[in-house]
Amino acid sequence: MKHLLAAEGLDRDTATELLDTAAGLKQTLLGREVRKLPTLRGRTVITMFYESSTRTRVSFELAGKWMSADVINVSAGGSSVGKGESLRDTALTLTAAGADCVIIRHPASGAAHRLAHWLSDTPAAVVNAGDGMHEHPTQALLDAATLRERLGSLDGRRIGIVGDVLHSRVARSNVHLLTCLGAEVVIVSPPTLLPSGIDSWPVTVSHEIDAELPSLDAVMMLRVQAERMHGGFFPSAREYAISYGLSEARAALLPEHAVILHPGPMLRGMEIASRVADAPNALVTDQVANGVHVRMAVLYHLLASEGADGV
Amino acid sequence: MASRSRDATGNAAERELLSAGDVARTVARMAHQVIEKTAVGAETEPPVLLGIPTRGAPLAARLAERISEFSGVTVPHGSLDITLYRDDLRHRPTRPLEHTRMPSSGIDDKIVILVDDVLFSGRSIRAALDALRDQGRPKAVQLAVLVDRGHRELPIRADYVGKNVPTARSEDVSVLLSEIDGRDAVLLRPAAEEGQS
Repeated sequence: MKHLLAAEGLDRDTATELLDTAAGLKQTLLGREVRKLPTLRGRTVITMFYESSTRTRVSFELAGKWMSADVINVSAGGSSVGKGESLRDTALTLTAAGADCVIIRHPASGAAHRLAHWLSDTPAAVVNAGDGMHEHPTQALLDAATLRERLGSLDGRRIGIVGDVLHSRVARSNVHLLTCLGAEVVIVSPPTLLPSGIDSWPVTVSHEIDAELPSLDAVMMLRVQAERMHGGFFPSAREYAISYGLSEARAALLPEHAVILHPGPMLRGMEIASRVADAPNALVTDQVANGVHVRMAVLYHLLASEGADGV
Repeated sequence: MASRSRDATGNAAERELLSAGDVARTVARMAHQVIEKTAVGAETEPPVLLGIPTRGAPLAARLAERISEFSGVTVPHGSLDITLYRDDLRHRPTRPLEHTRMPSSGIDDKIVILVDDVLFSGRSIRAALDALRDQGRPKAVQLAVLVDRGHRELPIRADYVGKNVPTARSEDVSVLLSEIDGRDAVLLRPAAEEGQS
């Protein structure tokens, strides 16, 4: 594995190995005073964020730093991007300066693939930290890590993904990864927020959240992405909350062992009720904590070995 | 006890250095040496045995069991993964992680005995010392190995050695343990398929 660009195409062995490594790293760092490993000493990781982000960026930065890599953050504002430099030139500049890994978040779908193509003559690895409405593979990995912690194996587990699937790279990545790990995915969404081509996805589609909740082992609530919506996808925020939001009454329909995930940032009162978000079976903060370990695992697999074939 | 045979894949002959009975006797002797050297007894704080995975971990567990049996003192044991501290990560395929399990009593101000199956270049032990530093501050660190095969690349020596085996660099020493391999033995193979540490 030279790059991590998408969850689609990850095979089960590779995904499992990444998740096992993440779990191992979590266990290694547990209860330690010094959360620092020497593993990536001397490696340089550059994050290029062309879209706002709190958790993903912090998470990648911590992951690199906890493994002793040098991490440099470049954002669209405050860099030469503001002067009109193209993505390609910025990336070539950064790798020429010595980056071993470029982590990119970009509003355009496919940006990470383009970048990997442009950098194919360099040794630099590319990690997709979210590209437009396409994929966000490390988010899917951290979701899978969180689910594995609580549910054990994902084989045969029924996992619901609820909300704005059309604009959601989180949903796309999760559908690929969770089904690859043996789970059954149910998409619950208003018809206007389903992507075209959903028929070819390995999922069941439903528009009735109340009918699906009692049979789910986990439910993943998606943020309603107002910034990507130009036009009326649903009549009003209130109506969306009533039809698809995870209210307290709805959360009570879930089986006792079921868990609730949200990739964040949460819109409390919109897709998820505030009390539900703070309930013991809502694993939002676990997801954030696991995010660091999963990203450490990704950096480990991409950067630790430069010789023979790893995963 | 030495015998020549062919392994399952029909590769060149291998020689058995230690039989299952030898392994058990060797571990027992090492247990006595630990008791003597660290003065295991009712009045002293027992040492902590930390095995280096894969095969050091079950060895540490066996050694702890023997020490308890001979001295009547329960000796805590665990495992210490060194993968993330190795100096050859860049030159090898990505390695999966092994388990680190620290005894609940911790290692601060204790005598820690690192346990490994084969002592070769000494690089694993250096990595283990680095890993240990991130876990706490032991009073002293000692090293116990089942086989010392020579060819040190670092100024490291073992405090307890089960068996010294003069080897050629190209040879391969394999320790088999029933917990992992289904049987106990130490084998010497003429040509190395993969370097042992």
